[in-house]
Amino acid sequence: MASAVKYGGQILVYAVIAAVLGYFSASPAFRHFPEDMALIKLAFAHGAKPKGKCRTLSAKEIAALPPNMRRPKICPRERLPVFVELELNGELIYRKALPPTGLHGDGPARVYEGFPVPAGRHALVVRLRDSDRSEGFDYVRATDVTLEPARKFVVDFRSELGGFIFK
Amino acid sequence: MRPVQAPLRAAFDGIEAGLNIVFPPSWNPLRNLGALAFFMYWIVAVSGIYVYIFFDTGLTEAYDSVEYMTHDQWYLAGVMRSLHRYASDGMVLFMLVHMLREFALDRYRGPRWFTWVTGVPILLLVIMAGISGYWLVWDRLAQYVAIATTEWFDWLPIFGQSIARNFLTTDSLDDRFFTLMIFIHIAVPLILLFILWVHLQRVSRPEINPPRGLAIGSFLMLLGLSLVYPAVSQGPADLSTVVSVVGLDWFYLGLYPLVDYWSSGTVWGFVTVLGLILIVLPWMPPMRRAPAAQVDPAHCNGCTWCLLDCPYNAIEMGPRTDNAAFDQQAVVDPSLCVRCGICAASCPSSTPFRKGGEVLTGIDLPGSPLNDLRQRMVDVAGSLSGDARILVIGCGRGVPVDSVASPSVAALTLPCVGNLPPSFVDFAVSRDLADGVMLAGCRDGDCHFRFGIRWTEERVDRERDPRLRVRVPRGRLAYCWSGPGGSRRLRREITAFAERLKAMPKRPRWEPAAGPPPAPTVELEPTGSDG
Repeated sequence: MASAVKYGGQILVYAVIAAVLGYFSASPAFRHFPEDMALIKLAFAHGAKPKGKCRTLSAKEIAALPPNMRRPKICPRERLPVFVELELNGELIYRKALPPTGLHGDGPARVYEGFPVPAGRHALVVRLRDSDRSEGFDYVRATDVTLEPARKFVVDFRSELGGFIFK
Repeated sequence: MRPVQAPLRAAFDGIEAGLNIVFPPSWNPLRNLGALAFFMYWIVAVSGIYVYIFFDTGLTEAYDSVEYMTHDQWYLAGVMRSLHRYASDGMVLFMLVHMLREFALDRYRGPRWFTWVTGVPILLLVIMAGISGYWLVWDRLAQYVAIATTEWFDWLPIFGQSIARNFLTTDSLDDRFFTLMIFIHIAVPLILLFILWVHLQRVSRPEINPPRGLAIGSFLMLLGLSLVYPAVSQGPADLSTVVSVVGLDWFYLGLYPLVDYWSSGTVWGFVTVLGLILIVLPWMPPMRRAPAAQVDPAHCNGCTWCLLDCPYNAIEMGPRTDNAAFDQQAVVDPSLCVRCGICAASCPSSTPFRKGGEVLTGIDLPGSPLNDLRQRMVDVAGSLSGDARILVIGCGRGVPVDSVASPSVAALTLPCVGNLPPSFVDFAVSRDLADGVMLAGCRDGDCHFRFGIRWTEERVDRERDPRLRVRVPRGRLAYCWSGPGGSRRLRREITAFAERLKAMPKRPRWEPAAGPPPAPTVELEPTGSDG
């Protein structure tokens, strides 16, 4: 009888451990994103134009360079910031000058931002300036999009493909 | 730390006492947490190898192959998948409780710092291995984990490109991603195995396998759980949508919701501070310790018994520092010595039977020398009276034996019960200091200094040197391994022991031999053989 109680107790202990393992291995569920919302993701990496103009080297300057480094032009290494605006339903929800990355400021500017929006139809306009112009934008794209709940709408940018890409 | 440790210790003591009712002492899960975690590792490894046979590395193939295992071959691959998950969870559970218990029982400071500190990267590597495993399934949970992890890591200014951009759309991801994750998921556990080996370097005779009964029970528990509640995926990943609700594995992903509530930088700060606290905990505050064991070469013949008994590899044999005719002598590393005194009890020179002079031994604790012990034993026993005079010898980590002192019960406390040479029991009984000796200490199988109880019992049972002499009637010695909260049990067992002693035949009173005062020279009576 005593051994039956002991074995029963052991089974109970194992059952409790199993219940803890089984339950917390997938529960309680966690709500990561609100119901009836969609997500607009603005995410790209883009290098703006160099900060300053390239200059043609004189023959004397070229000759002064080591043979393996001789080139006709010298360009500034640092890049301009990339200026981005995101407008949703006529309201500006994002506006930022993205600095170039890298120790010398010669890397691409990066953005990775998410904007939860109510599911439904939205008018979206994105603008980007990557040159030294003081006004206006080098790239603009607008769209009307209907977003279902939990839909992720990606706004990417590839200058080699012509500018903004909506996915 | 005591205000934090005390309630934890009380909780562990209570649970342990409860588990002792249904488990044999050596099977008690709380005493085998490290070994259980190690056992889980092997289950994870074996089940992982089997699952890997069927796993396909590909954007859609990964999920499909896991689904095949879960549903089409549920009876074997599906069970293996579930075992893989639940044993992984068990590993984290047992490791966390193991850490908490070692902290509560103050087993993480002093010379134990190395084992504690090397345990921190083990926890980190286990979590890394688990998270990389969740990516491989490439279901909704994997999608959540992948994006949350990469967004979190993107906060660090070490990546030229945002790594989270790889999970923007399905187009931005290719099959090589799974090859990379497989590599991480296999490499990390291998590194983990190496760190586990390092973790145990300062522990002699580490118990890396649970007792067979407990291992069988634990495996059957996981098998039963796998059959009743199999691990399943949470639908295929879809990068065109956001994961709204996800069933988290809280053992591995418990900190992930923080990324939603706090900024990535705050979470990095939190994790870093938490890790640093764990690492510096053994020195918060620094442990005040008595002097380490010291070797007296004049009385050390290099027998190696202390080396064999030391629970923390603090003793080595080295060249003689005197001109004695022995090959070597014991050498103590003070940084590894935990001051348990087990070595002093193992020394064949540690005998109280000296024809005059001090108790001189080859190795001893300067803060608690055996010579003092003999004197204390004589002093406390001198006040005993009654038909059943009992000398209770306890350890500083078990029940406070002073609380049971009475006219017929005298109490002595040692750093560890393993610090008591068996010849001292013989001394107490044969010199009529007491009618019986009761040894009390930590809970059976859970000696604070690992082997104090085990070595003591083996010495008494004449299975280990130095052995208790046969002339000591076994009935005049009793144990009570009740742990720190076992005062009531100790009183009960003392009462029962007294009744047994009263029922034993009366012994002739021992009288000191008449003769001249003790000579200053020292002679030993043999203690390792029958006398």
